[in-house]
Amino acid sequence: MSETIVLRRPQKVARPARPSAISNALVFGWRAVLKFKHVPEQLFDLVMTPIMFTLLFTFVFGGALAGSPGDYLQFFLPGILVQTVVFNSVYSGMGLSTDLGKGLFDRFRSLPIWSLSPFAGLMVGDVLRHLIAGSIILGIGLILGYRPQEGFFGVVAAFALLIAIGFGVGWIFIVLGLLIRTPMTVMTIGFTFIFPLVFASNIMVDPGTMPGWLRAFVDVNPVSSMTTALRGLMDGGATLGQIGLALVAPIVLTAILAPTTVWLYLRR
Amino acid sequence: MNDASSARTLSYVTEAVPLAIAAHGMKKAFGDVRAVDGIDLEVPRGIIFAILGPNGAGKTTLMRMLATLARPDAGSATIMGHDLVQAPHKVREVIAMTGQFASLDEDLTGRENLMLLARLWGFRGRAAKARADDLLATFGLSDAATKQVKDYSGGMRRRLDIAASLVVTPDVLFLDEPTTGLDPKARKDVWAMIRGLADSGVTILLTTQYLEEADQLAARIAVIDHGKKIAEGTSRELKAATGSGVLHVALADPAHLDRAAAILESRLGHTVQRSTEGAELSILAGTAKAANEAVAVLVAEGIEPSDFSMGQPSLDEVFFALTGQPGSGESQKDESR
Repeated sequence: MSETIVLRRPQKVARPARPSAISNALVFGWRAVLKFKHVPEQLFDLVMTPIMFTLLFTFVFGGALAGSPGDYLQFFLPGILVQTVVFNSVYSGMGLSTDLGKGLFDRFRSLPIWSLSPFAGLMVGDVLRHLIAGSIILGIGLILGYRPQEGFFGVVAAFALLIAIGFGVGWIFIVLGLLIRTPMTVMTIGFTFIFPLVFASNIMVDPGTMPGWLRAFVDVNPVSSMTTALRGLMDGGATLGQIGLALVAPIVLTAILAPTTVWLYLRR
Repeated sequence: MNDASSARTLSYVTEAVPLAIAAHGMKKAFGDVRAVDGIDLEVPRGIIFAILGPNGAGKTTLMRMLATLARPDAGSATIMGHDLVQAPHKVREVIAMTGQFASLDEDLTGRENLMLLARLWGFRGRAAKARADDLLATFGLSDAATKQVKDYSGGMRRRLDIAASLVVTPDVLFLDEPTTGLDPKARKDVWAMIRGLADSGVTILLTTQYLEEADQLAARIAVIDHGKKIAEGTSRELKAATGSGVLHVALADPAHLDRAAAILESRLGHTVQRSTEGAELSILAGTAKAANEAVAVLVAEGIEPSDFSMGQPSLDEVFFALTGQPGSGESQKDESR
């Protein structure tokens, strides 16, 4: 315990030229990448649930729901990608809540940097998470026999849509993260809203057999629109209208919650 | 007493050094709680200035306002001549703050934490790493450069946290309770570091709950309680108000407490403070001789002390001397946010 520490007298240091806002934002992006290096366990959290869902629904329910597990997987896989991205959007908000609770953001806020650059870092982390988790789920789907009918470019377009969806939904958790000091509460409250949206949708089953009132909800549920568009992009038949409809929720969420985030963060 | 700091104080008085911090009528309320209730503060450049007060006195809130983290409800301030409200970005160019809780990314290594800040300040590529390594060496953390911060000890965290405030040398450094929760060895290390920084010309404003810390480090001390400044001066001036020594007497038989208190008060001419447990009496004694005589009288009267000692006045005793009331101690107000 009796470590001998040699402390040198701190030297005065010349200031480098003031970096640009983009440079500030990239530094926070670098932080997000470092997080993957130091906390690789988070990848396990990201993909465990969707993998279990995929296996459970394909092999246990798939035959009963669609005639055969293979047919069901073909129907289900684009939907589970939407679910994965929506659920994984929680991580930015939880990280933000942790950072704020620890006072890390006090340091960032007392620096002469572009005040919103930390959020750019959160976005970089989000995009990376969505790409990694999405690729793993798609990879497992391919192993199990899923075949995207639109081929490589369909998948690329689908992933672009997924990132837009994640970007929009991410604001919900970022706002919660700014308001709530305990990361677990951020998750619980967020999921309270997101669970019914994900499960009362067309991700798992065709809503045709649902009671009318529920079907009415499923039809207007933005998660259903996202799933429909993603299926179209990967398996053919996507219309511009469907893609536009899938983008409505992300655009509306961003339009409302991004300024809210700025306001919440900058008020002192 | 710290001779260097008293010398600095003298030069401040005679030469009128320009102010690093000039704050007037600072106020901040959270709901009904007036955390900071009209505080003026003038901190000359190049000194260590301590804000002394109990938990909930408003120290952290005052510091957060001066560091641009909280907007004052009323009042104005300039830091190195930059207006706090009009030009917060200018203020941020010249300050650094180390908060009460280590503001570090626990998942990253010590070096990565410093590189992150170095890059934010504009050091690029290799220069950022060089700056980080230089700071790690300065603070005796080179061996822990590649360890994640969550594996650091309390003292190491604190050193890294302060290093993080020095990536670019600030003109004014804010330290919120820099040694709270540290063991005595780590505390001494932090003190040495703070003195070294002050010697290199950095103005340091620190908050503390410990009179000893303020006494050891600061050229000037402001005592605040319930959001108001109740005294300000050099350590020597405050102690002159408080008395240089406090006599603590514990009695073998608590039944004699009242009689012992009366004897001490009549001998020493001050008011006795009783410890919360009731078995110990504390009173300003002035000199060791006077204290010695008072104890002799107790013994002559047949009151046996189980223990007695002379000590520096505690923060509570300073409050008692300055206000006639005990300090608010572990107060109800939460000032962490």
